[in-house]
Amino acid sequence: MGYLGGFLVSIRQMGRKQRVTTEYPKEKAPKPIRVHGRHVLNRYEDGMEKCIGCELCAGVCPARCIYVRGADNPPDDPVSPGERYGYVYEINYLRCIHCDLCVEACPTEAITETKMFEFSFTNRADAIYTKEELVVGDDGRPKHLPWEDWRPGEDEHTSAWMRATSPSGDARFEGTVGWSGELGYGVRGAEDAQDLKDRLTTGPDFVDEGHDQDDHGHADHGHGNH
Amino acid sequence: MLGGDPLLSGNVDLAVVAIVLLKVVLIFVFLLVATMLMVWFERKVVGDMQNRVGPNLAGPFGILQTLADGIKFFFKEDLIPDRAERRMFILAPLLSVVPAFLLFSIVPFGGDFSNGNNGTVEIFGKETLLQLADPPIGILFALAMSSIAVYGVMLAGWSSGSKYPLLGSVRASAQMVSYEAALGLSVVAVVLVSGSLSTHDIVMSQAEAGWGFLPNWNLLLTGVVPFIVFLIASQAELNRPPFDLVEAEQELVGGFHTEYSSIRFALFFLAEFMNSVTMAAIIVTLFLGGPAGPAFIGPEWAWGIFWFLAKIVLFLFAFVWVRATLPRMRYDQLMDLGWKVLIPLSLGWVLLLAIIGVARDESWNPFVVIVASSAFFLTGWGLLRAAKTTSKARRLEGVID
Repeated sequence: MGYLGGFLVSIRQMGRKQRVTTEYPKEKAPKPIRVHGRHVLNRYEDGMEKCIGCELCAGVCPARCIYVRGADNPPDDPVSPGERYGYVYEINYLRCIHCDLCVEACPTEAITETKMFEFSFTNRADAIYTKEELVVGDDGRPKHLPWEDWRPGEDEHTSAWMRATSPSGDARFEGTVGWSGELGYGVRGAEDAQDLKDRLTTGPDFVDEGHDQDDHGHADHGHGNH
Repeated sequence: MLGGDPLLSGNVDLAVVAIVLLKVVLIFVFLLVATMLMVWFERKVVGDMQNRVGPNLAGPFGILQTLADGIKFFFKEDLIPDRAERRMFILAPLLSVVPAFLLFSIVPFGGDFSNGNNGTVEIFGKETLLQLADPPIGILFALAMSSIAVYGVMLAGWSSGSKYPLLGSVRASAQMVSYEAALGLSVVAVVLVSGSLSTHDIVMSQAEAGWGFLPNWNLLLTGVVPFIVFLIASQAELNRPPFDLVEAEQELVGGFHTEYSSIRFALFFLAEFMNSVTMAAIIVTLFLGGPAGPAFIGPEWAWGIFWFLAKIVLFLFAFVWVRATLPRMRYDQLMDLGWKVLIPLSLGWVLLLAIIGVARDESWNPFVVIVASSAFFLTGWGLLRAAKTTSKARRLEGVID
């Protein structure tokens, strides 16, 4: 058909009812399990808060959107199992870039990110989430704030990214549980190992060049550079 | 000015004025509604071809989306940039819209052309044509109006006092002026065959019986080539894809209307889609016999309108189809196509039609005519080709820029 073949391509699409788009407000496209959404402050299974007020998250934050002030735990009614707890915890979502560095920095897995990013504000003060809004509820689920668009099930995966990260990026820790339990969920299981996932999600004709090079050793790379 | 309409040949009384006013209102409303539906139709069909849904929230199947957009535009802030040439900036959208409306006044949109009737209908006891005006200059008026629309685009870009609109409008004026030539030459072919400039007469000449089952359309009488040239040139004239360099979003932000907002932008938008509808109507009039067609049951004049609308919708769909298929041309490709292909082609074709016409009238020897004209056209084609290769070689050598 030459030049005119393109016309057939476009007319064949008509009336096929296949759609690459989602009618967004009515239905949502499924989110990847490691999407970075708004944060939650997690609690242990006994209800104690995980945050110890160490301010590492605030220190590592490249957008400087986290403000933490720690305080000593009251001896008769401790908030966290450690010596100190997060007395004030605020995140400014007009600044947050959802890089998850705070999650990596946190020594107690207190702060993690949910998959929810659909929220909006009408003034700047509302954009600052306070500790009351960030701490998970008594059922271990994030609090549903009135300006957030939620669908059922969206408050589940609140710590997937943290659990997917192997310590120091070492593959030997893959599949090993290295985190504490969460209120409402207990100790969550590890994600599937990477090669199992690859086998499930990639076709049989897929050639993984990166793995081959690893098997043959790094010497090839060195020679190539010299 | 209103020319060949039998309505105006007698005394002009109140009924005549009423009929003319009625036609004006009818055309005005038709154009606005057709434009609204065209925008919706285009978005829906392009959406379907790109596996999207298209507008679907306002009204059934999203058909009121354009209306909603229009209402929104009215309430938007009307912004005039500080560096804009104020009077020209305000005038430019009107220069786009008014010709778009006027263009339709010469289009016969209905009438009874079946069984050798002359296309008139009777309203209030008066014989009249179903077209607002039938001036003797006819189709030249359409060309004039589409040329005036260039001023709207050009002045809009120039008066914005901003560089992207200026670039867009420079492209627009160059493009529209160069394609106007091809457009005009293919109209000449139609005029040669029909023997009249008046749009009513052009339709009348096509309403006669053709050969066998084939209709007597100019599409066939002129030998298809002028039709294809006109179709391509009209897309360029309308600034529609693949010739939409004027408003190439990726390069020029919004093109000539970048600085326009609110209802002034809406006017450009309206003019653009109205011109699409009108251009389809003109193509139908020139090449496909306009409202002419067989009448079956019911009133004959209604069949005229039906055929007219059916043919228009066919072309509007083709426009949208082209838009969904072809990527935008580069500027040099656009100019090459216009000057080196379409204009020589349509010019040669007009000469050919003229030779055939004269040869038939003077009853020359057909064999001599064929040999002489093919020798003539081969020489012309060879010269053009030689000129193109030489200039390309010199350009590559860097002799000329």
